[in-house]
Amino acid sequence: MPSETLARRIIACLDVDHGRVVKGIRFLDLRDAGDPAVLAWAHSQAGADELILLDITATSDNRAILIETVRRTATCLFIPFTVGGGIRSLRDAAAVFDAGGDKIAINSAALQNPSLITEIAHRFGSQAVVVAIDAKRNNAHSYDVFAAGGRKRTGREVLSWVREAQERGAGEILLTSMDRDGTGSGFDCELTAAVAHAVHIPVIASGGAGGVEHFAEVFQAGCADAALAASIFHFGIKSVADLKMSLRSVGIPVRYPC
Amino acid sequence: MIAIVDYQAGNLTSVKKAFLRFTHECVVTSDPAQVRRADMLVLPGVGHFSATGVLTKNELNEAILDHLRRGAPLLGICLGLQWLFDGSEEAREFSGLGIFKGVCASFPASVKSPHVGWNRIRLLGPTRLIRGIPDNSYFYFTHSFRAPVVDATTAVCQYGASFAAAVERDNVFGVQFHPEKSGATGLRVVENFCAL
Repeated sequence: MPSETLARRIIACLDVDHGRVVKGIRFLDLRDAGDPAVLAWAHSQAGADELILLDITATSDNRAILIETVRRTATCLFIPFTVGGGIRSLRDAAAVFDAGGDKIAINSAALQNPSLITEIAHRFGSQAVVVAIDAKRNNAHSYDVFAAGGRKRTGREVLSWVREAQERGAGEILLTSMDRDGTGSGFDCELTAAVAHAVHIPVIASGGAGGVEHFAEVFQAGCADAALAASIFHFGIKSVADLKMSLRSVGIPVRYPC
Repeated sequence: MIAIVDYQAGNLTSVKKAFLRFTHECVVTSDPAQVRRADMLVLPGVGHFSATGVLTKNELNEAILDHLRRGAPLLGICLGLQWLFDGSEEAREFSGLGIFKGVCASFPASVKSPHVGWNRIRLLGPTRLIRGIPDNSYFYFTHSFRAPVVDATTAVCQYGASFAAAVERDNVFGVQFHPEKSGATGLRVVENFCAL
């Protein structure tokens, strides 16, 4: 279990499509929400503990991540910055680090070529490798792993894949519930807790945030080390500071004031 | 001129970016001659303790020691701090610089490892590096091994057990956290170092 003073992290996520921030509802129906560099800076000033930029169409368009967008976004950021989407090789990862990313998130490429996790971890350290997993409940009371932004079933099961990813050198797991993503109905705490107990590396819960109570749930019942929020912040539903104050009032350690 | 020592232990773009906020003269280098010439040294680094073997192999350790003998300041960050100690349980076959006594150890089994995220530091006494920063401030950590609390420890962090979050003696400074990733509080540490 995490210690008393280690803060649970609130991570702002920017889903980027062709250089603009968008947010999908259940991975579809994209809405435009602005310039990633501006939003990233605003989130960090508002108290986000970390920032993730995901180029959500890089994999499906079969193109490399937009390095200039990464570089521009990193310029004014002095909190941990993770970049994902379209990273398929050590070279792609190196370009992201060179542009100012601190960690890379790999999903489809890691499923296709699991040794990529080890390769990047070996060169840049495990702390720089986040393995992102899109999980969907199946009828057999377990979770299937999907690739290509939730478009492709992989035949892998979530718990065995997270253990393998950790074994291969992953430093963190970014776990998205496809069933909850964009619904605002709360994180999948059952899924998050199962993964958090299966590995000793931090687990970032994602998908379903709609209110403060959902964050409290996922940190308590879900045993998450961090929680990710995208649309909840972009459209001014709540500030990070408000969210953190509420979490602190129910006894969850957070970095506040930031 | 500030030289950031590159020994292939992680990416240094973020470190350089933070120092460039406070100085125009900042280079990333793996050249011992340049390390000897620098006014100030920054020794970052993440990952496995064995990565510090490169420092010895490339005679950067000698250059760093020459720098210190001149009385010039050095800041070790993360693995860079750990290397200032005698060594680490992570790789006993590699020795540290031994400026601070003791060996870095893993975390107790009661907590998850690595220690990743924002944690508070408690200041133990006067410090030049962390001056102007309130006690119990949060900094960003990411590491699997921890340095022991010694006389030179100026700040501790609690995670399973107490460990050295910052050390300082004369011209030698070290932080386990990442000042370049710790928001405004972290940048203050960078600024303090640049202003020494």
